[in-house]
Amino acid sequence: MIRYLEKIGSNTLWILEDLGRMGSFLVLGLGGVFKRPFRFSAMIRQVRLIGADSFWVIFFIAGFTGMVLGLQGYYTLRKFGSEGALGSAVSLSLIRELGPVLTALMVTGRAGSAMCAEIGIMRNSEQLDALECMAIDPFRYLITPKFLATIISVPILTLIFNVVGIFGGYLAGCGLLGVNPGAYWSGMEQSVVNQDINMGIIKSFVFALVIVWVCAGRGYFVHRIRGAGFGAEGVSKVTTQAVVLSSIAILIWDYLLTAILL
Amino acid sequence: MSQAVIQFKDVVKAFGKQTILDRVNMTIDSGKTTVIAGPSGQGKSVTMKLILGLLRPDSGEILVEGHDITKMRAKALNEVRTKFGVLFQGSALLDSLNVFANVALPLEERTKMGSEEIRSRVLAILAQLDLTGHEEKYPAQLSGGMRKRVGLARALMLQPEIMLFDEPTTGLDPENTLEIYKLFLETQKKFGYTSIIVSHDIPKVFNLADQVIVINKGKLSTFASPEDIQQSEIPDIQAFVQYTMGKIYLSREME
Repeated sequence: MIRYLEKIGSNTLWILEDLGRMGSFLVLGLGGVFKRPFRFSAMIRQVRLIGADSFWVIFFIAGFTGMVLGLQGYYTLRKFGSEGALGSAVSLSLIRELGPVLTALMVTGRAGSAMCAEIGIMRNSEQLDALECMAIDPFRYLITPKFLATIISVPILTLIFNVVGIFGGYLAGCGLLGVNPGAYWSGMEQSVVNQDINMGIIKSFVFALVIVWVCAGRGYFVHRIRGAGFGAEGVSKVTTQAVVLSSIAILIWDYLLTAILL
Repeated sequence: MSQAVIQFKDVVKAFGKQTILDRVNMTIDSGKTTVIAGPSGQGKSVTMKLILGLLRPDSGEILVEGHDITKMRAKALNEVRTKFGVLFQGSALLDSLNVFANVALPLEERTKMGSEEIRSRVLAILAQLDLTGHEEKYPAQLSGGMRKRVGLARALMLQPEIMLFDEPTTGLDPENTLEIYKLFLETQKKFGYTSIIVSHDIPKVFNLADQVIVINKGKLSTFASPEDIQQSEIPDIQAFVQYTMGKIYLSREME
């Protein structure tokens, strides 16, 4: 019994310690913006890696998601004789929900995992210690450019996702199933309001912060994570953990933000 | 009379229930070479990280040039760190940067030098350490010995007052080991830094030492020379001496 209580106590302490570490990581990561010299070129390089290099993945996923929505939406709406509402159904689903969520999940899988592994390997091979020993702040040098690049890239990728997805829905609905193109576009125009677009953009900013916070943070503390092991195995376990945690956090935040913003 | 640059006063450091350093005291004098030796897992690397402020002790004081770094805030600690140069065990070169960028990094980040001046300084130190022609290579393309030399070049860029060497010859063949020791002697003569060498390479590394500190079971013992260590009456130190030096003696006999 006492051993059981001890275990609960030590797990609780560890969770609190981990939350404290991650909290200070978030503050220092964002606080790096105010430290000089600001590494603008490093941030641009990260925007390329996280954002521009994700373009084609986002393009294809958005295209096919839009097409599937077009197909499913068409057959569902036909039951009620309201195929004309396809444009509004596709665009609202994408702008409010699927655009921000799927983009964030894709960026987590593609760039978040890479970020976590890169920082984890740097930690294990003492590269982060070396930066500190040279009196170079690892947050300003390495982490803050990733924070900013993710916060810039994810909302832009989300907007691209929405546009490509809406065209995908158009292709399936109007090109293949014969929905009136005028009805598709006007349905979208009438139903989508600024509040929907704002909701999508707010979500994408929050998701971007979640991705970079969780993925970069787990990599940065790879040596402190209980049960992760050491070396390559430790980095691989922590990377998996980061992707899972980030994905779950995105879905939880999605629910919370939808409840708040609707 | 030489001045103390680093002092440990009653330093305690534990991880969980394991006490690594138990109320230890030591003094490292300016301009001298101190070798920190001891069996694996006894706290040599922890001692180094404490000196650099990468870890904080549970209690006690660590003075660098008279200033207690255990109570310093990050900014002041960064100022103190500019006095240090570190050659890490695995060299710790940034693997996404090439040799030139790695060596130039401290100058680019810590000084306001122009790119031409940085370039000339980096090329000069690379030439001094026999690395000319390798500027564009990445750490993964270098041998262990070359990586150590690049690490040394990077550590020396800001002309540190104190150099820390963490296992500088681990994983190197005898030829490269001698090369590193030769470079150590040359650069110390040129830059006049205080050096702290954490090493397993016993007894060879003792030839460089002005004093030797042996860490064992949480305690530090300071010796003025390798002979003093051999004559130590502490049983654990005797066992350590027999294990390390005895082995070398046997191999000489075999030759």
